[in-house]
Amino acid sequence: MADTLRQDTFVEFDHVQKSYDGETLVVKDLNLSMPKGEFLTMLGPSGSGKTTCLMMLAGFETATHGEIRLDGREINNIPPHKRGIGMVFQSYALFPHMTVAENLAFPLEVRGIGKSEREKQVKDALDMVQMGSFGSRRPAQLSGGQQQRIALARALVFRPELVLMDEPLGALDKQLREHMQFEITRLAHELGITTVYVTHDQTEALTMSDRVAVFDDGRIQQLAPPDELYEAPQNSFVAQFIGENNTLDGVIKEVNGGRALVQLDDGSLVDAKPVNVSKVGERTRVSIRPERVEFDMSRLEDGAHTLKADVLEFIYMGDIFRTRLRVAGNDDFVVKTRNAPDQVRLTPGTQIEIGWNADDCRALDAT
Amino acid sequence: MADATADIIQSQPQKLTTKDGKPLKAALAASQSRAKRKAFFLVLPLLAFMVLTFVMPIVQMLHQSVYNPGFTIHEDVISKEQTPIMVNLRDWFDENPRGTEPDETAYAAIVQDLIVLRELRAQGQAGTRINYERSGSRSLFTKSARRAPRMEAPFKQALLEIDEEWGDPELWAAMRDASSAYTPNFYLAAIDLTRTDDGSVERVNENRALYVNLFQRTLFLSVLITFLTFVLAYPIAHLLATLPLRYSNLLMIFVLLPFWTSLLVRTTSWMVLLQSQGVLNDAMVGTGILADENRIQMMYNQTGTIVAMTHILLPFMVLPLYSVMRPINPSYVRAARSLGATSWTAFRRIYFPQTVPGIGAGALLVFILAVGYYITPALVGGADGQLISNLIAFHMQKSLNWSLAAALASILLAGILILYWLYDRLIGIDNLKLG
Repeated sequence: MADTLRQDTFVEFDHVQKSYDGETLVVKDLNLSMPKGEFLTMLGPSGSGKTTCLMMLAGFETATHGEIRLDGREINNIPPHKRGIGMVFQSYALFPHMTVAENLAFPLEVRGIGKSEREKQVKDALDMVQMGSFGSRRPAQLSGGQQQRIALARALVFRPELVLMDEPLGALDKQLREHMQFEITRLAHELGITTVYVTHDQTEALTMSDRVAVFDDGRIQQLAPPDELYEAPQNSFVAQFIGENNTLDGVIKEVNGGRALVQLDDGSLVDAKPVNVSKVGERTRVSIRPERVEFDMSRLEDGAHTLKADVLEFIYMGDIFRTRLRVAGNDDFVVKTRNAPDQVRLTPGTQIEIGWNADDCRALDAT
Repeated sequence: MADATADIIQSQPQKLTTKDGKPLKAALAASQSRAKRKAFFLVLPLLAFMVLTFVMPIVQMLHQSVYNPGFTIHEDVISKEQTPIMVNLRDWFDENPRGTEPDETAYAAIVQDLIVLRELRAQGQAGTRINYERSGSRSLFTKSARRAPRMEAPFKQALLEIDEEWGDPELWAAMRDASSAYTPNFYLAAIDLTRTDDGSVERVNENRALYVNLFQRTLFLSVLITFLTFVLAYPIAHLLATLPLRYSNLLMIFVLLPFWTSLLVRTTSWMVLLQSQGVLNDAMVGTGILADENRIQMMYNQTGTIVAMTHILLPFMVLPLYSVMRPINPSYVRAARSLGATSWTAFRRIYFPQTVPGIGAGALLVFILAVGYYITPALVGGADGQLISNLIAFHMQKSLNWSLAAALASILLAGILILYWLYDRLIGIDNLKLG
């Protein structure tokens, strides 16, 4: 996979490190290559180094070590205005003293594009984000969503090949955010732009991206397409950060090919798939998604281990039921079931038996 | 709000009332009037204070600038009794048009008036009033009044015997002007104009012209000082606005430090620095940059005024600039840079326009303060570093020509109001950001 990407690499971070104070590294040895046209999201908690990476790519921060390449060209020493990268800011950064049209014309103007051509391109860009009639307004007269569209149009109007977005939807309400997520991905794919998108919202990352880079502690913890990220997290951090997740701590008892037998801290045994643990006796944290837990033991394979669970709480959420259980000493073990006609509604206070397919339960590092 | 309520009421077929039948409108007015009255009583002390200490003096100044009763009414110092003076002469002026050669009746009127002046001991006051227009007139009046009771007809000859001046048409023109208490002459004098014998207005003799020149200099120096404070303050304010808070707070203390020191101390410390035996000159001589005999004159001239006033007024420029720069999000400039602008273009097109309200406020503030500045030019300005306010003070304290001082001050006030109006038209007073 790495080799096929290498051939048409467009953006590349090569052993990039960044430190602000000379004592701690904010970005530790970042390696990343993106092909042209990809929509890549940098996802991570605040302080994980994702925004710093974006700023280095835009040219507002310099890499302390390593090379950043754009289309095969090293750009470490190229000032931001010569990089030709479009950028959408979290605060939109629409110039308040200019009208919407003047805002959009600005990048064209500094590139020395003639007036009539400029007007045409501004109009096209406004139409592209369905804001054609707003050219003479001031940014302050627009709603948050409208400002967002204008910021997007301004970043795209000079037709950059690479667009960076720094949490652009952070200030919008939920409904508008979902709409804009769709809008942005549609535009990015239609125009064939390479996009680097920074967010701390995992839903946003999963729904929009071709690939997601999960950042933590200055490193990429996992770089994978959304489905792989959700279904096959490579370590505990990713498993916990992406989606909801139940964890149980224990020790590896047996490893047999793609299977591991894990003894939980209360003595019970479960089956799991070893991911980044291999040795017998190693501590591990098994991780299982709430929707992959089975109540119906007949649907498990023969000889599968099961666990006793106390039902603590049953929450009716419309489309799904959410049941909180106590499993192996963990009070926050959540199970989600679809609201189907034949689905059992569990009563708090009862004890049930649960189990899962070994492939759905991943034995990860115990951090 | 009130309009909206009115609309609703009008659109209703019958009048809305409260539960106990009172018309809603009246009830609303009653309930609001209580709150309004309360608010009014709260601001009343301030209002009274402002009227007493601000509005009244200005009104009085404006009045004084066109009204001077020195030649028309005498007020007794103790009894406060007011007596009209120079009544006979005024009658003669009323009967004879401007330019009439003064005849015997005119001189007789003067002698009669001089006798009254002597009785009232008002000859000095009347003489002073004429002295404003024509120097030497005060002694003419005192000396003539002393001898008036013993004079006999023909009075023209008698008066001319005391002093030839009595035949001077200029004196007669001055007396005619002074014989009415209300006169625009102080304004004429304040812009270096005078009335000729026949009543037409002309420029005063070149070597007596003073005020227009001084107004021009005041204007020029104020503009220059405003510009200098702007040039110095802009980078400081930018630094203050972009530094991390703990450093910017420290720097802010340095900016505000001058406010905690007396203005007089700051001015005198500039004297210590700038004088020819002062710190700066000593340092330059000491390091061999200057020869001892070539010490630079940096004080008692315009340089002194400019340097000291620029320093003293600097915080008034820094603070408004800082207050507009602080909330400017750094992402604006970043956005401009990412859109392809060089750092200079980003500054010129994006950053600078957003600081204009602060520049306007700072410039207006510094300019208005500079135009009326008094103590610093008085101390370090020397002869050619004086501003118009120094001359106003001179007329208030030394020459005691309060009407001229008031006229000068009124012109200054009018100038500032015009400037304020222009600012409102060009930039808009709503954009003013002081902090």
